Parts: sequence; C-alpha cells; structure tokens
Amino acid sequence: MSNDTTPTIHIRRSQLGRAQGLGAAKSGVHHWWAQRVTAVALLPLSLYFVYSVLALAGASRAEMAGFMAEPWNAVLYLCLIAALFYHLALGLQVVVEDYVSNEATRIATNLALKGVIVFCALACAVSVLKLAF
Amino acid sequence: MKDVREALMVGRNTEGKLVRRPLSPHLQIYKPQMSSATSIFHRISGCALGAGTLLLTLWLVAAASGDDAFSIVQAFLASWIGIVILIGFTLALFYHFCNGIRHLAWDAGKGFELPDMHRTGWTVLVATIILTAAFWVVGFLVW
Repeated sequence: MSNDTTPTIHIRRSQLGRAQGLGAAKSGVHHWWAQRVTAVALLPLSLYFVYSVLALAGASRAEMAGFMAEPWNAVLYLCLIAALFYHLALGLQVVVEDYVSNEATRIATNLALKGVIVFCALACAVSVLKLAF
Repeated sequence: MKDVREALMVGRNTEGKLVRRPLSPHLQIYKPQMSSATSIFHRISGCALGAGTLLLTLWLVAAASGDDAFSIVQAFLASWIGIVILIGFTLALFYHFCNGIRHLAWDAGKGFELPDMHRTGWTVLVATIILTAAFWVVGFLVW
C-alpha cells in the first residue's frame, strides 16, 4: 500500500451505463417518481374520499348504488382506486425491502403483496362499476 | 475478518493506520426526536392504511354483492369495534395526508431548516387531531 493520500475512484460502470442513469435496478428513479405522482394525485382524491364516506355514512345499498350511478362519482372512485393501490404497492415494496433481509423471503413477500393488491384493486373497481351500471 | 460486513467496518485514520470504524448507537439509545418520530409514524400509518384498504375493498364488494352482505358489513362498521377501527383508520389517513404534504415540500427542497422542521412537525400533529375530530363530529351529525 503506497502512502499516497490522494484518493482515486475506479468506476466499473460503463460510460453508457452512467449516461443512462438507470442504476442497479434498471429502472432509475421511476419508483421514486411514481410514488410522488400518485401522492400528488391522492391529495385531492383522498379529500374526495373523505367527503364520499361522510355522504354515504349509514346509507342503504340503494343509496350507495345511486351515488355511484353519478358518472363523476364512479370516475373519481376509479381514479382513487388506481392511485391508491399503486401508491400502496410502491410503499409496501420499500418497507419489505428495508426489513426483510433474506432474499427469497423478500421476493416471495413482495410478489404475494403485489398479487393481493392487484386482486383488491380489481375487486374495488369491478364493484364500483357494478354499482354504477 | 469473519464476513464481508466486517470488511466494511475497517477504515484508515489520518495517519494511514488501519482502524475499526466506530459504530453508531443502537436505536433505543436515541431520544425520540420530531424528525425520527414523524418519519416512522409516516411508515406505520402507511402500513395501517394498507390494512385499511382491505376494509375499503370489503365495503365496496359487499355493496356490489347484495343487501345481505352489505348489511353485515354496515353492522360491523357501526359496532364499537368497527368504530374503533374506523377512528384508527381516519387518524392514520389524516396523519399520512398531512405528513405527506411535508414530504412533498422536502422533495421540492423546502423546509429543511431545523426550526422549520419542528414547526411543520407540530403542525402535522395538531392538524391530524383537528381533522380527525372534525371528521367524527360531522360524521355523527350526518349519520
């Protein structure tokens, strides 16, 4: 080991890889950005959700169907479902990646969560459409 | 050196001598701070809301399924345990909403100074309580 104190850094990544900026996950800042986009979308949509819950407090099934039969309500609910479950999938993925150190368990947990989330999102969307039509 | 993590603990001091790097204290040593507490509560409330989406799914699917299923879900939500769950759900929702705005401001590069961070942190906590209380006051009025 020489006594030269000037640090040198050897970059093993190719110049093309650096220029693309996609990192080890091959997706760059897509996950981070999608989390922010859905967060911004959820600001008005979650306020709408709070309004809708108060409007439907104690409602009968017929009243709820009548509410969803209004096109704006059905569309806003579909937007909410899309943004909410996407945001949830991104958030839970990071939590699992942070706390589950075993790779096989981590991948299995994330796949299972993604599956449950897609299932619930579709169940919500189909239910809203069934109430609406 | 036993494993690769040990290798990361080795560094050089200013004289070029190999030394073992200092380890930061464990979590329970730290005094709870506004920054760390609001951060972990953001994550906890996010996970709680994730569980809450199961309730949302149950509610919508029951409404689409039929009167019997819907009346069972409505009765559960109106029971005392349902109310407790819903209060927890609204607390998590309003906290995640308010602190989420704080995170988006940080993403825009604003509010990093410590006095700002403490002020916005307290604002989030107070706003969460006020919004949750207001929701339930309105909720019981319109029920």
